[in-house]
Order: sequence, then C-alpha cells, then structure tokens
Amino acid sequence: MKAQKGQVRVITGNAAAAYGAMLCRPDVATSYPITPMSEVAEQLSTFRAEGLVDTEMVEVEGENSAMNVVAAATMAGGRAFTATSSWGLVFMYDAVQHAAGFRAPVVMAIANRETPGILAVSGGQQDIISTRDSGWIQIIVEDCQEIMDSIIMAFRLAEDYDIQLPVMVNYDGFYLSYLAMPVEIPEREDVDRFLAPLKDQPQRTILIPGEPLGCGTHGIEVGFVELRYKHCMAMERALQKVDEIDREFGEFFGRSYGGQLEEYRTEDADIVLVTSGGASGTARTVVDAKREQGIKVGLVKLRLFRPFPRQRLVGVLKGRKAIGVIDRSVGFGWNTGPMYMELRALTPEIGIVPMLSYIDGLANLDITVPHIERVVDEVYAASQGKPYQEVTWIPLEE
Amino acid sequence: MVIKHKFIIKTEGAWSDANQLLLCLDTGSWRTVRPVSDNEKCNYCGLCALYCPPQCMKDMGDHYEANLDYCKGCGVCAKECPRDAIVMVPEGEFADEGSKRSG
Repeated sequence: MKAQKGQVRVITGNAAAAYGAMLCRPDVATSYPITPMSEVAEQLSTFRAEGLVDTEMVEVEGENSAMNVVAAATMAGGRAFTATSSWGLVFMYDAVQHAAGFRAPVVMAIANRETPGILAVSGGQQDIISTRDSGWIQIIVEDCQEIMDSIIMAFRLAEDYDIQLPVMVNYDGFYLSYLAMPVEIPEREDVDRFLAPLKDQPQRTILIPGEPLGCGTHGIEVGFVELRYKHCMAMERALQKVDEIDREFGEFFGRSYGGQLEEYRTEDADIVLVTSGGASGTARTVVDAKREQGIKVGLVKLRLFRPFPRQRLVGVLKGRKAIGVIDRSVGFGWNTGPMYMELRALTPEIGIVPMLSYIDGLANLDITVPHIERVVDEVYAASQGKPYQEVTWIPLEE
Repeated sequence: MVIKHKFIIKTEGAWSDANQLLLCLDTGSWRTVRPVSDNEKCNYCGLCALYCPPQCMKDMGDHYEANLDYCKGCGVCAKECPRDAIVMVPEGEFADEGSKRSG
C-alpha cells in the first residue's frame, strides 16, 4: 500500500517542522520562541487558529516550562511536541533530563545554534553536543523534507512501546530553519495510517485521574541502576527501530533516509568522509567531483547521534584506508570534533587507519565546496601514507 | 553480562504507586516532625495527597494518613490543608515508640 502523492509547497525548514508536528495531531504543543526556530511556534499557532488541529497550545513563560509541559502531557498519555534552539535548550536542561528519566516520549525539533558563553546568533551543532548524554534519542537531518518526514518518524519511534524515549530532531539553524525549498506534504489520512500501529501496542504506564502515581521519585538504590539499565537497553533497541521505521516510511511514502546513517558511493570507496546535517549535501557534490578525478571517496551522513550507530558505522568504515570527519561543533578537552572523537572509539573494530578531524561551520561560517575538497584531498593523501595533521580548524587556516 | 539482580520495577519509567511499590528511599528516617491528622476536621478533599512530594499519603477511605516509612516531615500537607486538619508534631513526642517509624 502506498501513500497518495502529497501537495508540494515551497516552505522553510521551520515550517516543515511545524507541518510535520501538525500532521501527527499532537494533543499538546508548546513552544517558547527563540531565534532561529520562532517560526515553528508561529506556524503551529496558526494551524491551531485555522482549526487544522485541536492541539492544546500551552502558553509558557520560558523553555523550562515548555519542556515540563510536554513531558507531563506524554506521561498523561498524550502526544506532545515542542521546539527550541540553543539558549532555549540550555534553559530547559533539567527538564530535558527529566523527560528522559521519566521515559516521556516527547518529540522536540531543534534548530541548531551555538550555545551561550560567546553571544552568537548563528548556527552550529554545539547544542546537540550539550545534551548528548541526557538520554534522548538524537536525530540530525539534512533538508526541509527530511525535517518533516523525520518528525513524523520520530513520533513512531518515541511512542513505540519498546522504546518510550524522547526524541530530538535536529536541523541546522539559520541554514535549514530559514531556507525555503519544495517539500511534499503528505495527506493527513496517510500520516494517520503510518502512525496507526502505535494504537495497536500495549498501553504504556500513564497517569489516570483517580489513580495517583508518582514518577521520577527516588529510585531505590539498585532500582535506580535497574532504571538506568532499562534506559540503555531501550537506546539499543532504538538503533534497529530507526532502520525499521525508515524502511516502512520509505515503502509507504516513497522517501527513505537510510535510518541510522546514509551511505553515498561507499561501496568501493578507499576513503570515507563522515558528515551530518546540511553539510552532507555539499559533501555529496564534492564526492561526485572527486570521483570524476579518480579519487574513490564515499560519504557517510550520520543521521543518528544518540544512540550512536556503532555496528553500521563499523560495517561501512572497516577496511577503508583513511577517514575524515567534519564536525560543526567542538569537543572541549579533546581538541577534536565530538563526532570524530566518537568515531575514534570504533578503532578496535575498524582498524588503525588515518582519521582526520575537521572543525568547520561554527557560528554560521559556511562549510563550502572548497573546504570539503580540501578535506578529501588531505584524507586521500593520508591514505597514501603521506603525513597529516589530526585536527584542522578550517576557518583558522584560511 | 549475567544479571543476578531481580528487577523490582515493572515499568520502563520510574513509576511508583503509593499503595503498592513506593519508589523511594526510606526517607522516613529524615523526619524531625510528623504530620498528624484530625479526622474530625478532615473532609477527605485529597489536597494533602496531591501535594505530598514523595506521594506517601495513604488513602484511608475517609481521610488520609502519611506513610511514615517515607514521610520526610516536610509539612507541605499541613500547609496545604484548607481545614488545618493536619498538624506537624515534633518527633520527640513519639520517643516512647522507640525505633518504630510507622504510625
């Protein structure tokens, strides 16, 4: 069975996030506006005002309340959505941890932006890194269509009985948030159909009036450990589940994104680049051009950052001669990109080969075609046994 | 890994039910004052149970009583009770109960 062809409209990434949420008919949504995601809040409110959804829009005084509202809504059995960015995400940090600990299946869109400390109203993925160990599932997407589709898939994932975890859908703030591109908007009944399996599963524990329950109160000593272990096991199950949901989405809607990661021209690749988010499109262009020049380069677009797709990464990276990783954030204390640092942890499985870390695209600086060409050239040279430097901050060497 | 621990929590999240398994430490030992209910004044509105931070107010059918294994003596129930049916009494006055914590 296939979904009907949806209407194609030229919309921004923020609008795509709002459409994705609206199509999933959340019971509760709330969002405190912050650059660059404010449009998500505006769009959702517009949908509500136009009567397209009967979502209860809760007006909050800040992001901390926003996260507590949506976490509580899911614990009462509802479907809930919120969106934020950078400073907003940091302001809700304790509530973010709560949502994970409560196993509250919230879906949150994040237009990635540099975090506080150095005032930068500009894009970057440091906010993803700041919540890396919060226990959320973290998905990073590349374009406006993928934002919308990933939010729909995120509800399937978050509310799955075997998962019950909150999910962040990350997209590059200032780039994808404001970039308008054609997006196919599925028919509502098709999204309903895609989400229908959630109704056929066992009922997760929820709050019911008259049956008071507590959640997140003190864990009994080893009970705490038990809960942490269950959380980690759910994260492990999510790896497979992300692939399954992506496959099912592809079969039904005709669009699929590779699940945990997307491989591009990796089959016979000697060297592989690893990117995430919007830079992946530029990287594909460079891969094509370098292939023309005879360099056997492939690309891995990391879609899932938490849980980290270890097995699939090992599968694609094992046997390559050199690997280059482009990070849009920094890993303090390692002086490398954070994703690079995590990939290095796979060395026992993939073998010792040159691995090069590139830090680029901080604070709205573009990750350009020449930048990625340089990365490919250096990774290729390293694969040929030439000397290389481990970490390169591209904007500082220009 | 061989898990020897027998799982005690049936749910995925840290859910607890005051009437069955209360997911908290024996916080009763922290208490210096204890809530004592006056059943004559209590109209069974349930506000004390609603506000109780560790959710340890027991539903007794016509009034509520704190489960003293867990009650920390914070006094929120007494503060919230609209009929002043709960008063906080220093633990010293129950010294003759010895090590017994439950009321």
